[in-house]
Amino acid sequence: MNDVIIRTEGLQKHYVLGAETVRAVRGVDLTIHSGEFVAIMGPSGSGKSTFMNMIGCLDTPTAGKYWLDGQLVSTLSEDELARVRNQAIGFVFQTFNLLPRATALHNVELPLIYAGVGGKERRERATEKLRLVGLADRMDHKPPEMSGGQRQRVAVARALVNEPALLLADEPTGNLDSTTSEEIMVQLRALNEAGQTIVIVTHERDIAEVARRQVHLRDGLIERDFLNSTVETTV
Amino acid sequence: MLILEIIMVSLGAIRANVMRSILTTLGIVIGVAAVISVVALGEGAQASVEQQIERMGTNVLTIRPGQQMWGGVSRGETSQLSVSDAEALRDRSEGLLSVAPEVSSRQQIAYLRWNSNNQIVGTWPDYFPMYDHALQAGRYFNRGEVQGRRRVAVLGYNVPEALGGTSAGALIGQTIQVRGVPFEVVGVLQEKGEAAWIRPDDQIFIPVSTAQYRVFGGRERLNSIYAATASPQQLDQAFGVIDRIMRREHRIRPGAEADFNIRNSSDLLATFNETNQTFALLLASIAGVSLLVGGIGIMNIMLVSVTERTREIGVRKALGATRRTILFQFLVESLALCTLGGIVGVGAGYGAAELLTRFAEWDTIIAPAAVFTALAFSAGVGLFFGILPAQRAAKLDPIVALRYE
Ligand SMILES: Nc1ncnc2c1ncn2[C@@H]1O[C@H](COP(=O)(O)OP(=O)(O)OP(=O)(O)O)[C@@H](O)[C@H]1O
Ligand SMILES: [Mg+2]
Repeated sequence: MNDVIIRTEGLQKHYVLGAETVRAVRGVDLTIHSGEFVAIMGPSGSGKSTFMNMIGCLDTPTAGKYWLDGQLVSTLSEDELARVRNQAIGFVFQTFNLLPRATALHNVELPLIYAGVGGKERRERATEKLRLVGLADRMDHKPPEMSGGQRQRVAVARALVNEPALLLADEPTGNLDSTTSEEIMVQLRALNEAGQTIVIVTHERDIAEVARRQVHLRDGLIERDFLNSTVETTV
Repeated sequence: MLILEIIMVSLGAIRANVMRSILTTLGIVIGVAAVISVVALGEGAQASVEQQIERMGTNVLTIRPGQQMWGGVSRGETSQLSVSDAEALRDRSEGLLSVAPEVSSRQQIAYLRWNSNNQIVGTWPDYFPMYDHALQAGRYFNRGEVQGRRRVAVLGYNVPEALGGTSAGALIGQTIQVRGVPFEVVGVLQEKGEAAWIRPDDQIFIPVSTAQYRVFGGRERLNSIYAATASPQQLDQAFGVIDRIMRREHRIRPGAEADFNIRNSSDLLATFNETNQTFALLLASIAGVSLLVGGIGIMNIMLVSVTERTREIGVRKALGATRRTILFQFLVESLALCTLGGIVGVGAGYGAAELLTRFAEWDTIIAPAAVFTALAFSAGVGLFFGILPAQRAAKLDPIVALRYE
């Protein structure tokens, strides 16, 4: 068995809204190994995004523990979390979250800037990842000049540029049409086959079936957790 | 490395909003420009005061009729200075003082077909060394000519020019008309420059007696008496001596109010320069207010900018930017805005000072220290007013920022 990359123990997230407390995640125990491709599913409001944000170190749990690559991160300070996000995690968002005024190349370089990588190496590495997602000829374009699919591929390149241990994607195809969604999923699948650990959140069954394992959430708890049987067929 | 990148990002943000950046920094530009011109004016005024005191004589006391009051009205006809006062000062100060009376008024001058209007100064020959008036041609008039009420004149540097441009040398021995009275030109002075309201280069000097009885129609009253000591250190002593002699002449008891006043050059200049100082004060307050308003403007725009770019901040944080890097990014932005404003302001201040010199004829000096201080100050404003917005940006929670619409 490969190394454990994610381990959560009774992970909880509560939001206090006035007198009311929303228990978005109510105690999730989950272990994910290196090299896995996991799809998190569940109805709207079941806590998928909340869980992903904690896994991605964007948010801190109200209670419970979270180890990333053997390190207990649920107690880290804000700056340490920023470092973990920079070094160990690549995050792909539903809404791309690219800087609209910067070129694709600069967008992909951003994580390397915060990692303190020098200009020349930075450009080389960003270019390589853009080539990997098939956008070598769009490097100097800005996001508004690109299609949704292209933007999401820039976002994938950006998420990969720091060679993260973990690639997270929260509904990466949520804003894309079915053909473009499929392109992205092929991409992710190829990455996983090359050894990249990936966790994605999705609503769509056929997207989830591209992954090897599905984790279903309901009301902030794991409802089902199983391996895809159809996983060997290519999409 | 990272620092350089962040600075590039900050400058990029300024460039992306050129118009807004310009408008934002306007307050700083005006403030710094005002600071530069205030300091330039101040330095200039200081230098010119020193220069003027130099020209008015550092060792000369001026005695005038009237009470010891500032810019007030003297008691007019009741108090008078006469030539006998001047003689008393000269004769009884035991060599401490060299003395020259002055009676003066503007008069019409004519030479051949040229006319001019000049200040006629009736005085003693002692006047010339007192004010370092050197000759370029001819000679001064002498005591004998004063005694004899002779019609001889020594011309200031500019007078030959006004009288048809005849050369100084050629004018010696010529006759000019002063209020219709013929005078023989015996000397022409070298250039002196002006000091406060005094323009010696435009003046014509004649014996005091001639002025009183042949030109001004028997006017006994002097405008002032000048008394000079050998060195500025003797001025205090001279003050006492003059007071004592004058009181005796005017029969005023010690302690009683005098009907004359004694001033040194810097006293005289102080009143003259009061308007300059008022103006400088006005500019200084403009400078202060616009720097403050400019700073608040910067803060305001930076706050708007932080709100506008909440998502960008979220993205940067999600990708690994720490609080410190975000704080630094926004601080550099406001710092750069203000410093750019400061640089433009220095240029504008330079221009304003130049205009003041050229059109208002105020002396200005741009001191490098002032430029440096102004720039440092605008950078300080940028830092001070940039802190709050930058902190707000740095404190943003990445999740909240990413969700921001
Ligand atoms: N910042 C917040 N403040 C208060 N409540 C929140 C906040 N974020 C999420 N919630 C609540 O937590 C619950 C889980 O939200 P979450 O976004 O994780 O759901 P989700 O499974 O991702 O849903 P979707 O499929 O619609 O994206 C929801 O009931 C939501 O209203
Ligand atoms: Mg969601």
